[in-house]
Amino acid sequence: MSDDMDFEEGGAVKKFMFVNRKAPYGTVYALEGLEVVLISAAFDQDVSLAFVDDGVFQLVKGQKTDGIEMKNFSPTFRALEGYDIEKLYVERESMEARGLTEDDLLVDVQIMSAAEIGDMMAQQDVVISF
Amino acid sequence: MAMDVNGVSIETDEEGFLVNLSDWNPDVALELAKGESIDLTDQHWEVINFLREYYDEYQIAPAVRVLTKAIGKKLGPDKGNSKYLYDLFPYGPGKQACKIAGLPKPTGCI
Repeated sequence: MSDDMDFEEGGAVKKFMFVNRKAPYGTVYALEGLEVVLISAAFDQDVSLAFVDDGVFQLVKGQKTDGIEMKNFSPTFRALEGYDIEKLYVERESMEARGLTEDDLLVDVQIMSAAEIGDMMAQQDVVISF
Repeated sequence: MAMDVNGVSIETDEEGFLVNLSDWNPDVALELAKGESIDLTDQHWEVINFLREYYDEYQIAPAVRVLTKAIGKKLGPDKGNSKYLYDLFPYGPGKQACKIAGLPKPTGCI
């Protein structure tokens, strides 16, 4: 675990985007992706998250997982701010196709069109998809 | 592994973290602290209670950096620093305090 980890002065900061495409439960992608994001925060890089396709469901308020005996990890998205991860992008088309609006989401996000998210992806050094 | 607290057997993993987080209570904390050779003071409890509230709200154990910052915000800068927290929990406020607080090991903690 890192506390006062000293990285080489002037080390290049890379732009990392984590793309979340899958529903929060049913597969382990969403939870594992979130853990990677939390770990990445320790390395002081430029981190952003994009939510597209069923990935937008990860941010929906009021998730109740008792019936499927899974831990509801959605509150963890609200902890990201404390990890200095504040760039969360949600694709408008994916949201609208699923009947969701910004009010349905549990954190503040930037809504973007598919084309805008594509542009953001093109600007990254690393794009990792879950 | 298992430890006995007030006649109840409490299961822990190979590193001493609780297997069932719901097993935690203050007596369990005292027993866990004993295993770490720590006598819990009010200052320790302040951090332990903070961690439990944090976990309750966000469902994760915070990274040390995040914990330090958050403690500073809530309890003041004289407590939100590494020295203060490492004095209380010499083997790392993340790992050791989380264990006593009955939380899982912080994500990313090796």
